[in-house]
Amino acid sequence: MGKSTFLGGIHPYEGKKLTMDKPTTVLLPKGDLVFPMSQHIGAPAKPIVAVGDHVLVGQKIGEAGGFISSNIISSVSGSVKAIEKRLVVSGKLEESIVIENDHEYKTVEGYGTKRDYTKMSKDEIRGAVKEAGIVGLGGAGFPTNVKLAPKDENAIDFVVVNGAECEPYLTSDYRMMMEEPEKIVGGLKIMLRLFDHAKGIIAIEDNKPEAIEKFKQLTSSEERIEVQALKTKYPQGGERQLVYVTTGRKLNSKKLPADVGCVVDNVATVAAIYMAVARCTPLTNRIVTISGDAVSNPQNFNVPIGTDFGEIVEAAGGFKAQPEKIVFGGPMMGMAMYTYHIPVTKITSSLVSFLQDEAAVEESPCIRCGRCLEHCPLQLAPVQLAKAAAHNDEEGFVSMDGLECCGCGCCSYVCPAKIGLTQKIMQTRNQILANRKKAK
Amino acid sequence: MNDLFHVSAAPHARSPITTRNIMQDVVIALLPASLFGIYNFGIRALSVILTTILACTVTEYVYCRLMKKQVNPADYSDVVTGLLLALNLPVSIPLWMAALGGVFAILIVKMLYGGLGQNFMNPALAARVFLLISFPGQMTNFAVEKISSPTALDYINNGAVAVVDSVSGVTPLAAVKAGETVDLFRMFVGNHAGTIGETSALALLLGAGYLLYRKVISLRIPLTYIVSVVIFALLFGGHGLDANYLLGQVLGGGLILGAFYMATDYVTSPASHKGQIIYGIFLGVLTGIFRIVGKSVEGVSYAIVIGNLVVPLIDKVTRPVSFGKERAKVEK
Repeated sequence: MGKSTFLGGIHPYEGKKLTMDKPTTVLLPKGDLVFPMSQHIGAPAKPIVAVGDHVLVGQKIGEAGGFISSNIISSVSGSVKAIEKRLVVSGKLEESIVIENDHEYKTVEGYGTKRDYTKMSKDEIRGAVKEAGIVGLGGAGFPTNVKLAPKDENAIDFVVVNGAECEPYLTSDYRMMMEEPEKIVGGLKIMLRLFDHAKGIIAIEDNKPEAIEKFKQLTSSEERIEVQALKTKYPQGGERQLVYVTTGRKLNSKKLPADVGCVVDNVATVAAIYMAVARCTPLTNRIVTISGDAVSNPQNFNVPIGTDFGEIVEAAGGFKAQPEKIVFGGPMMGMAMYTYHIPVTKITSSLVSFLQDEAAVEESPCIRCGRCLEHCPLQLAPVQLAKAAAHNDEEGFVSMDGLECCGCGCCSYVCPAKIGLTQKIMQTRNQILANRKKAK
Repeated sequence: MNDLFHVSAAPHARSPITTRNIMQDVVIALLPASLFGIYNFGIRALSVILTTILACTVTEYVYCRLMKKQVNPADYSDVVTGLLLALNLPVSIPLWMAALGGVFAILIVKMLYGGLGQNFMNPALAARVFLLISFPGQMTNFAVEKISSPTALDYINNGAVAVVDSVSGVTPLAAVKAGETVDLFRMFVGNHAGTIGETSALALLLGAGYLLYRKVISLRIPLTYIVSVVIFALLFGGHGLDANYLLGQVLGGGLILGAFYMATDYVTSPASHKGQIIYGIFLGVLTGIFRIVGKSVEGVSYAIVIGNLVVPLIDKVTRPVSFGKERAKVEK
């Protein structure tokens, strides 16, 4: 079932060896913790505590602000110092709750109790996921409880666990797969309880053979679960490419995986589902990779959400030399920032630092080599889209399927003339979508 | 620590391959054919090569200065055009004529249409066609002063077996066309008359192999082009399955030079895989028509130049269907 690989894609420098074989260390923050109210797709959460309140680990401090939204959970015990705008990873200032850590880590009642999920109803399971504030931990941050409640649950025949981790340098998912695989399998089994007709596929890129082996052993007696090795190629972990290679079904920008009978979730999200449902543990921590050639000791840390990234940099031995660029996320789709003093949120998976900025090169004229067409995983014509974008030709852009672009960056990566194709296309695409929204 | 970082939009990684790398690879790939040309035709070949390269480079430089445009730091594209042009000229061409070709290639075909990436025809080939039409005599004079191979006159006068060398056109191909048996091995190695770079299939294939290995070109265009010529010659050549005839068609007339180095020029060839195959077949059929149905022995240059004009249309028709979408219905 499925395909061996998708058309297009690239093989960038993987950078995984810097961190993949080091065990994850728990890092406890020394300073204050900052919880932005928006760490997910959808409406921001609303604070439900006031300055001066005492909070516990696992306590809800932000209530979901709508149907597509998520709760914010405190990861430490302490007192609410302030509720004010703070800088977040996107460069925006978001309303945030600042908590002063009392370093005691007292938990709410019932935190960590084992629970038999086989005795829970589907709604109870979804409710637990919602309460725990779980969102897509792969980086998109879509509220998981909404994803787990598609229009027709009986039409779902595949639950795909995304263990591809195709971005270079990132290994947080890999470390979780190596260190806590039972949680991932457990989470998948819980999800399969929600979708009676579904089969589970744990999909892992083949540059992680030990993880594949581990999961094959763990699921050998599970009838509804299969492990699939994926050919390593960026962006194999992208939703459209993943669904295509595991199930053979094609998506486009207007379709969700649920429209083709699939539910896809990142391995960390699935593990969080297990912890919330079977161990009454809401989403308080995440594994963060700090890597790149500028940091002294690249490695993975398990940190409470809300920790300042500055502490992670310090714990990794600081920078060997001033990096030219720091990126949150991976080098292909991550966000470059002008400071690393921002809080860890549910969706910040990594900090990658570069001594030299590869992208700081002059553009030269397009020589029509066709590499961008060849490597686009969605078979678009990036050079023609960028031309339409430069000429403000909205009609041409849309007719050439510019709105399909997922921003993976393969075209900019391969272009020998170093033209900023992705940037031009994404800017125009986002502008068109924003204008359409305004017009409604 | 000074907290100043670069901030730019994703992606932040770039492939190490640059335009300059690609151009340099093409120059390297053309070295075997160039060196063989100098060996076969003498030191004058080197003068022609240097003249055209100089003409191309200076033309672009002067144009950019006059038009107050930024001069591209040495991206080797002019060297490639100059070299390709030289390899398409006979060694005896007056140097001023070669320089004129270089100026035409860069100024008219490339710069006036927008510079790098905007030429509507292959500049080197367009210049060759320009020279062919303007100075047919000198452009088809393949008599050589350095004798490594006898001239046609020797053969005709002394009654030797007419293997190579003729008076006009691309030499061995004329013999092929006339239905004579040709020495394929000699055509393969290349020590016979012709333009500076087209004689040695061996040298050209070595260079082509390098380009394929470096992933600068793919086999799609050259292979479909050459195979189409063979099939056309098979069907319409009048010699049926005569291997000597068919291979003579392949090894002669600058087909290998054209198929691997000129038809594969990025700017003037289709972007999609399907488009490239259509283009190869189109070129093959056109070359076949010129060579077999037409009187001229000159097929490749005109075929490619005409093919270049059709490429935008091919591109429009063969744009790939986006992932997950249906092929768009024909617009009203």
